[in-house]
Order: sequence, then C-alpha cells, then structure tokens
Amino acid sequence: MLTSGVRNFSVRYLVLIYLGWWLIWMILQTLVLYNAELLPLDVAIKDAAITSVILALAGYIMIMSMRYYRPRQLSQLTWSIALAIGCVFLIRWTAILLLGEESDYAIFFEKSMVLRGLFSWLMISIVTVITWVYFYLQEQQEIENRKVNTEKLAREAELSSLRQQLQPHFLFNSLNSISALVGTKPEEARKMIQQLSDFLRGTIKKDDQQLVSLEEELKHLHLYLEIEKVRFGHRLRTEIEQQDETKKMVLPSLLLQPLVENAIKFGLYDTIGEITIRLQATVLDNYLHVRVQNPFDPETAQPKPGTGFGLNSIQRRLYLLYGRNDLISTHQNVNIFTTELKIPQPA
Amino acid sequence: MIKVILIDDEPLAQSIVTEYLQGYPQFEIVQCCNDGFAGVKAIAQHKPDLIFLDIQMPKINGFEMLELIEQPPSVIFTTAFDEYAIKAFESHAIDYLLKPFSKERFDKAIQKWLQMRNQVQVKPTHTALINEEIRQPEERNRIVIKEGSNIKIIPVHDIQYIEAYDDYVKIFTQKEMFLKKKTMSFYEQTLNPAQFVRVHRSYIIALQQLTKIEPLEKDTHIALLKSGAKIPLSKSGYLKLKSVLGI
Repeated sequence: MLTSGVRNFSVRYLVLIYLGWWLIWMILQTLVLYNAELLPLDVAIKDAAITSVILALAGYIMIMSMRYYRPRQLSQLTWSIALAIGCVFLIRWTAILLLGEESDYAIFFEKSMVLRGLFSWLMISIVTVITWVYFYLQEQQEIENRKVNTEKLAREAELSSLRQQLQPHFLFNSLNSISALVGTKPEEARKMIQQLSDFLRGTIKKDDQQLVSLEEELKHLHLYLEIEKVRFGHRLRTEIEQQDETKKMVLPSLLLQPLVENAIKFGLYDTIGEITIRLQATVLDNYLHVRVQNPFDPETAQPKPGTGFGLNSIQRRLYLLYGRNDLISTHQNVNIFTTELKIPQPA
Repeated sequence: MIKVILIDDEPLAQSIVTEYLQGYPQFEIVQCCNDGFAGVKAIAQHKPDLIFLDIQMPKINGFEMLELIEQPPSVIFTTAFDEYAIKAFESHAIDYLLKPFSKERFDKAIQKWLQMRNQVQVKPTHTALINEEIRQPEERNRIVIKEGSNIKIIPVHDIQYIEAYDDYVKIFTQKEMFLKKKTMSFYEQTLNPAQFVRVHRSYIIALQQLTKIEPLEKDTHIALLKSGAKIPLSKSGYLKLKSVLGI
C-alpha cells in the first residue's frame, strides 16, 4: 500500500466518502425523527448517531470481508439479513443503555423495531452492492491491464522477429563472394568484409520501434546495395532520387532494406539481363512517400506478386506500429512492379 | 579431357570454382553460364561430362533446368543455404557444395565423382531427384517446357487441365497444348490440391475452370470446363470432386 501514493490517496478519499455518506444519513434520520415530532432533538440526535455508527461499522465489516472473499448472491443475502438483525439489537442495547430503560424512548424503539430492521438491512445491502461492484470493476481492470501488457509484449516480440528477418541466402552468398575475392583481389575482399560487417552491425543495434531519419536509413541501404553490386554488378543498377525535404523525415528503422531486397530478388530472378531498381522519396500531405520499382516479366509472374514476394512482413510491421493496413500498396504497369510506402510523420 | 560447364548467376561464384579447378589440369571449363536457358544450350552444344549447378537462378532454377535435358550429365550442386534443396538431393546428386565451400570440400567432391566414373558408368538418375516430392516453392507455381529449342514457362494458374498421354502428359492452357515427359501422379502430388483435382486416371482438372458436372449415364458423370472441354469423371474422381467442392 505504501508503494503507491496515488493509491493511498484514493483509499483515504474512499474512507472520507464512506464517513460522509453515514453523516448524511445521520442528519436525515435526526431531521425525520425531530420534524415528525417523534422524539425531542437531543434524543433524536443520539438515536441517529448510534444507528449510523453501528451501521457504519457493520458496513465496514462487510467491505473488509468482501475484499478477500466474495460469496455468492444467496449467502450474501443471508449474511446481510443476519447482520441487519444483529445491528438492530445492538442499536437497541446501546440506545437503551444510554437513554434509560423506562423512558418513552424505549417504548418508541420497540414500536419501530421492524422498520429499523428493514432500514438497517437496506443500508447494509446498498453498501454490499456498491462494494461488490467496486471490487468487480477493479478486478476487471486488472484483467484488462494484464491483457494489455501481454499483448504489448507479444507485439514487441513479433516486431523484433519481423525486423530481424535477415535472409540467410544473402549472408552465405556474400561470404561466398568474399571467398572468391580473397584469392584474386584481396583488397576488394577486405573492403567487402568491412561493408558486410557494417551492414550486420546496423541490423542488430537498432531498436524496433525507433524512428530514424531517411538519410540514415538510406545510408544503411547503401551498404546493402554495395554488397549486392559485388555479387550482381553485371546486372544490377540502382537509381535513388529524393527531394531535399525528405532527408530529415523519419521512418521505422530497417524498413527500406527488406523492401529493396524484395525488389532486387523479384527483378533479378524474374528477368534475364540488366535490371534497374528505382527508389524515389517524396513528401505529400505530411507523409513520407517511398516508391520502389523493379522490372518483371508479366508473362510468367504470379497474378498477385505483392503477396508472394515477402512484402507481408513489412505490411505486418507497419500494421503493428501504426495500426493501419493502407500504408503499403503495390501496382504493376506493363513490366514495372511498384511498391509504395506511406509513412506518417510525427506532428 | 574432362569437359565441365559452370552454371551460376553470380560471376564471383563461378570464379571460385574456376580457381579451385586449376589444380586439375585434366578438367577443362568449356563454358560459364549465367542462367538456366544458357545452360540448356551449352549442355546441348558441348555435351559436358560434369556440370556445377546453382539452384536459385533467374527465370528457371537448377532443378527445372535439369528437367529440360534429355540425358543430363553428372551434376554437382553449388548452393547457399537451402533447406528444400538439401533434402531433395541429399541422396541423389553426386554431391552438393554449400557456399561458401573450402578447397578441401571441393576436392572431396571431385574425388567422389572421379571414383564413381572409374567404377562403373552409372550415372545417378536425375529423374529420381526431380520426382522428389520436396520442391522449390516457385516450382509449385510454374511448369517449364521445352519445345524444340524454345523454353516455355507456364504459370500454373493458366492450366485448364492435364491429360495422360503414354509416357507424357498433355498440358492444356487456354491457347495451347504442351507435352511434358512426366507422370500424372507427379502432378497430382505437386500441384496445389485446393486448385487441382485428379478426377480420372487420365485427367487432372483446374477447379477454377469447372462450370458444370453433368450425368452421362447411370453412375457416370462428366465435367464441363469454361473452354467447353468435356472431361470424363471416374467414380472415385466424382466423389473426390464432390468432397473438394463441399457438396
């Protein structure tokens, strides 16, 4: 309890509300008894005070017991009736002890016993119901919190695994190229090891949800393209265009490389001869638009290349980060396949 | 002289095999190819004794290329990590080299091939390799056909139906018919069962093409396709078709 100041405050607040509630009933009871000329003022105040204090204690016992154990409705009913009857006798005993056995008051009390019993039961029931609802809601809230936490953890894990989908093909083929270069061009082999190391370092150090500038993301992409060009230099050309305003715009880290890797794979394996991969970055309505284009062969490609070519994980990532499915789109025009990304910019 | 052809879409990957082969003066590399089309041509032209073959290449992969060759030479696969491939040719190819491979590993593969060649003139059957149920994912989506010197790639979604024809199958698309030396059961196994159903000993149809099932005589039915083709259904084929369609 001491760990949370907010919680302490709210408990104190609840205690005050509870006491206030009984104070109001005490005043009401006094007024009813006095105004209806049933009792003189001083006796009415004492009667109301004794009733309220005892009922407040009974209610408190009910609350405390329900805090750890919430019985079913039926036994709750029995309990509240028993408690109410107990209260009436306790009130009677206390009141008569204070006000005298032989007074008019004693006679009045006997007459109002049934009414008092019903009143006590009603009060205790109200307290019980409110307490029950309060604890129920609190429990629901806890369940909800746990659920949200679990989902958050799952989401983080999924994002991290989506991000780390480094293609083993790429790694092994790059190592093979290095192995080939070592014999004939050791200087180039060393350079490629450097590039591959920088690229790998870039893929492991970044945080999933971190936003990076387009400039930084393109730097990482450049490392990747340098390696791919050593492997496919005879066939692969790239053109990167960007509006100056896009340089400082942000996007989730490591998003472009898999997109371009997808385009390269699609382009290289679906056509023969030289291919050009085009990347354009523009600004539109406070969105960063990135368009990646690759050639393909309309005769043999799948009817919906967008689905089968590894864009799913990018779509999933965007969905997890932005809760939207419309941020990535693909279209084809004769023999050019285009993937377009829209990245919302923080306000 | 032992004639060798290298087929790999990465020049550097070819150069490493070239370098390793320099230690074997009896081997001569007659050609290097960057894709399967060039590979088919070069093999027909040079009739090599041994080829080094990559799996993932433009347009058609290494397995598909082998399908197009009547009497394939001995093959040593060179490939990067590839779970399908490893499973598929573990038992059938002469050897497979996982990139990047060492000189020692390469020498072992060459020795293995030389030994096999000296013992008996038995070539491992590539048909067994090709019939392997485990296929590269892209092969489920296309069929590669050789017509004369032309190589055609048919997307699976263009196929209307397949008919048995002696040792061959006839593959019908909207415009054309192709012959391919394969069995019906091969296609029954490799084509997506949600799209293709073998409705008869001699027929596999594309469900997408089906327009109607009509009774022919008592207990026999035929299927009408969009193209107007009428395909006989066997009794079990009719039942299978009904269960796939959920009726």
